[in-house]
Amino acid sequence: MKKKSKIKIKKSTLTTLITIAGIVLAYIIMTLLSGAGVLSNQMKGLLVPICAYAMLAVSLNLVVGILGELSLGHAGFLYVGAYTGTIFTVAMSDIITNDILRFVLGMIVGGVFAALFGLLIGSAVLKLQGDYLAIVTLAFGEIIRSVLGNVMYISKDASGLHFDFNDGSTLNSADIIAKGAQGITVHRMSTFLIGIILLIIIVLVVMNLTDSRAGRAIKAVRDNKIATETVGISVSKFRLLAFTVSSAIAGVAGVYYAHNYATLTGTKFDFNFSINILVMVVLGGMGSIPGSIIAAIVLTILPEKIRFLGDYRMVIYAVILIVMMIFSWNPKCIELRKTVSAKIKGIFKKGGASKKEVQ
Amino acid sequence: MSFISNIIDGINLGSIYAIIALGYTMVYGIAKMLNFAHGDVIMIGGYVLYEVVKELGFHPLLAVFLSMLFCTVLGIVIEKVAYKPLRNATSLAVLITAIGVSYLLQNLAQLIFTSNPKNFNIGLDFGTISLAGGELIIKGSTIATVSACAVIMTALLIFIKKSKVGRAMLAVSEDKDAARLMGVNVNRTISVTFAIGSALAAIASLFMFTAIPSLTPTAGSMPGIKAFVAAVFGGIGSIPGALVGGLLLGVIENFSKRYISTTLANAIVFIVLIIVLIFKPTGLFGKKIKEKV
Amino acid sequence: MAMLDVTNLGISFGGLRAVDNFNIQIEDGELYGLIGPNGAGKTTVFNLLTGVYKPDTGSVRLDGKDITGKRVVQINKDGIARTFQNIRLFGKQSVLDNVKIGLHNIYPYPAIAGILKLPVYFKREAQMNEKAMELLKVFDLDGEADTLASNLPYGKQRKLEIARAMATNPRLLLLDEPAAGMNPNETMELVNTINFVREHFKMTILLIEHDMKLVSSICERLTVLNFGSVLAQGETSKVLADPEVVKAYLGE
Repeated sequence: MKKKSKIKIKKSTLTTLITIAGIVLAYIIMTLLSGAGVLSNQMKGLLVPICAYAMLAVSLNLVVGILGELSLGHAGFLYVGAYTGTIFTVAMSDIITNDILRFVLGMIVGGVFAALFGLLIGSAVLKLQGDYLAIVTLAFGEIIRSVLGNVMYISKDASGLHFDFNDGSTLNSADIIAKGAQGITVHRMSTFLIGIILLIIIVLVVMNLTDSRAGRAIKAVRDNKIATETVGISVSKFRLLAFTVSSAIAGVAGVYYAHNYATLTGTKFDFNFSINILVMVVLGGMGSIPGSIIAAIVLTILPEKIRFLGDYRMVIYAVILIVMMIFSWNPKCIELRKTVSAKIKGIFKKGGASKKEVQ
Repeated sequence: MSFISNIIDGINLGSIYAIIALGYTMVYGIAKMLNFAHGDVIMIGGYVLYEVVKELGFHPLLAVFLSMLFCTVLGIVIEKVAYKPLRNATSLAVLITAIGVSYLLQNLAQLIFTSNPKNFNIGLDFGTISLAGGELIIKGSTIATVSACAVIMTALLIFIKKSKVGRAMLAVSEDKDAARLMGVNVNRTISVTFAIGSALAAIASLFMFTAIPSLTPTAGSMPGIKAFVAAVFGGIGSIPGALVGGLLLGVIENFSKRYISTTLANAIVFIVLIIVLIFKPTGLFGKKIKEKV
Repeated sequence: MAMLDVTNLGISFGGLRAVDNFNIQIEDGELYGLIGPNGAGKTTVFNLLTGVYKPDTGSVRLDGKDITGKRVVQINKDGIARTFQNIRLFGKQSVLDNVKIGLHNIYPYPAIAGILKLPVYFKREAQMNEKAMELLKVFDLDGEADTLASNLPYGKQRKLEIARAMATNPRLLLLDEPAAGMNPNETMELVNTINFVREHFKMTILLIEHDMKLVSSICERLTVLNFGSVLAQGETSKVLADPEVVKAYLGE
């Protein structure tokens, strides 16, 4: 009896292991396919964005699925990270010549800055609930985008960085590295392998956190705030923790995402970007990390795969989205799915039982 | 004088926000959902107006009526097809569905009307009024917008207080189940709310595209979000809140554009929103949410 | 000195004086009942004692320490745990995890230790699991440790809520209508559980209850609330025989 309980692996640990095994397997398959020349250039081009979206979906799931608060400004945290991390890698290009080292340090810088903003926003909205919190995150995302992606000019010379919050006219134009709406010229460094490694680390961080004392407290906040406080757990503290960790991860993912393109501008990171990630979280299943990753893959590939539909593409995409939501949440559809899955299970159980008899 | 004319422009913009915000706030109050597709209904209303006047050559006032009719039906259809099946699902699922509807409307518009901006000039001339010896010029459209906003607001308040349907709306917003037990037809009440909100969106589209005459498939999106901000500003669910929130937002936005920076105007609006919410967590007129223990 | 010493406690909501001049002294190890008609302010008293509401007047002392107006989290750390009239479990988590959340402050370790799976994580988690299972056994819930809390039958949900409260290692346990919605068998079982908790953990208990049979069978002393103020106070049998109390309950 005792021996058996020692071998028994915790369910949550098993999920983590399976998720990571899945990511590794996906990497191997994709690398093999790519080596064999089967993979289209279009698919190859999607590999890095898929990794980035998966990281973003996992990090947003920490807030939406596990903490149970709605965030509509995830792109804001991503952009803060992408911006600061990219400024770092660009500004340091002649000091730290090792690309990988500079990239990794850039990610840390991006993660730290995004975490700081997460902490700031988190503390500002401690008293807010539900939709009010959602609107503040939306507002934050828009503020970040209009400031960083429009009026922020940075130049770099021997004495360090110089900032201008208007049109860059006070800066020496030859030294400018961030040019308001024109953005930052980026040195592309993101690879599929780096993405896979990052994703594994992020999955481990989020799943380990969820499976710990702090993670239970975060889920307690989601399930019942008043009960959480009466067992001596501060709702604010764990809300802030979830927010900060989620933002930090979004920041790191942002640095990775930004280094896949030649320039970094703010136009991309608008409200719709945040919504896309949110859709991944909700479709993948709130609180489910593997679900978020799968949804990120499907929702990144799907719009590309239905390109043959031409102008109808986005219309069809919207319809698919609505239908999928109704299918997953309508009480009648849930009922239907339950009966179907029970029937399927019944068939399998019969199969299993007969096997046992044979043995 | 430019200060006064800035205030007037701000009130004009704010009245448009207020009319849109009413749609948000009523739907939120009654169906407890954020209808993210509301801004896109405005855009559709704009296209209907444009097409009816330009293609069919109808009189602009008839076009306004047709546009209201079209948006009302559209609002009811959206509610029945997309939102009603999710009546008791988590609010997040409904929100995503609303976003799906928003994408659908935007992309349908793009398919039909292309993304080239249309110059919205439907030939409704409101004229201008010149005051203080020509130093202060007020556009007729501004007066029309502000008066329409005032009329709508008063009519709605009276409708909700006095009519049977209006009182049913109040009842549903307080407690859906209790209202049902008291014999209120909850589904019909929600339909009516969507119908009113969408008709208001059509009216808003007339004034909005008169003020900013560039019509594109995404033209409703930002004003929609800002009207939502206005609704939250005033306290979501509250009708006077939508008015005050809308006006404040319009004035702040206009002043930021004029005296600080055009590109930062939206950011400033959002910063003010965050500051308001830090001190008044449920908006200016919002009810205090207190969970019963 | 009384373990819980409440003097002149009061709160108003708008113009309504929900609780007024409320006094109570509970001794260490006592099982004390708080009764009264619906709307008398019993749950409001619990909310005042646990910090959910801040009192306008009066003071609350626990073991001589002033805890008046402190925050909910702090009051729990100071030693008051409670259950709710409408059960408030962490429904989407397992029965075991519900109790482990109760043990949050008993076996602390930093979040980073959990993320990195440091040795202290394994040590504390093992201690938590052991303690949580021990508690679940007491409440006869150990067989359902892996069940989702929201999937438990009603009676067991009530028990789990008590187990979770006990996990925070309180000095005083507040039970808000623990027998509400239970059938006579479940109520009997609940009485046994409460008695067991009291003896096994040497627990002091204050409970709100409508079931007079339950109250008269286990409470040593009672306070009767009516319209927010104390109507009668003292030994159970005497209080229940008080004509004023009978009048309040049955009407004239």
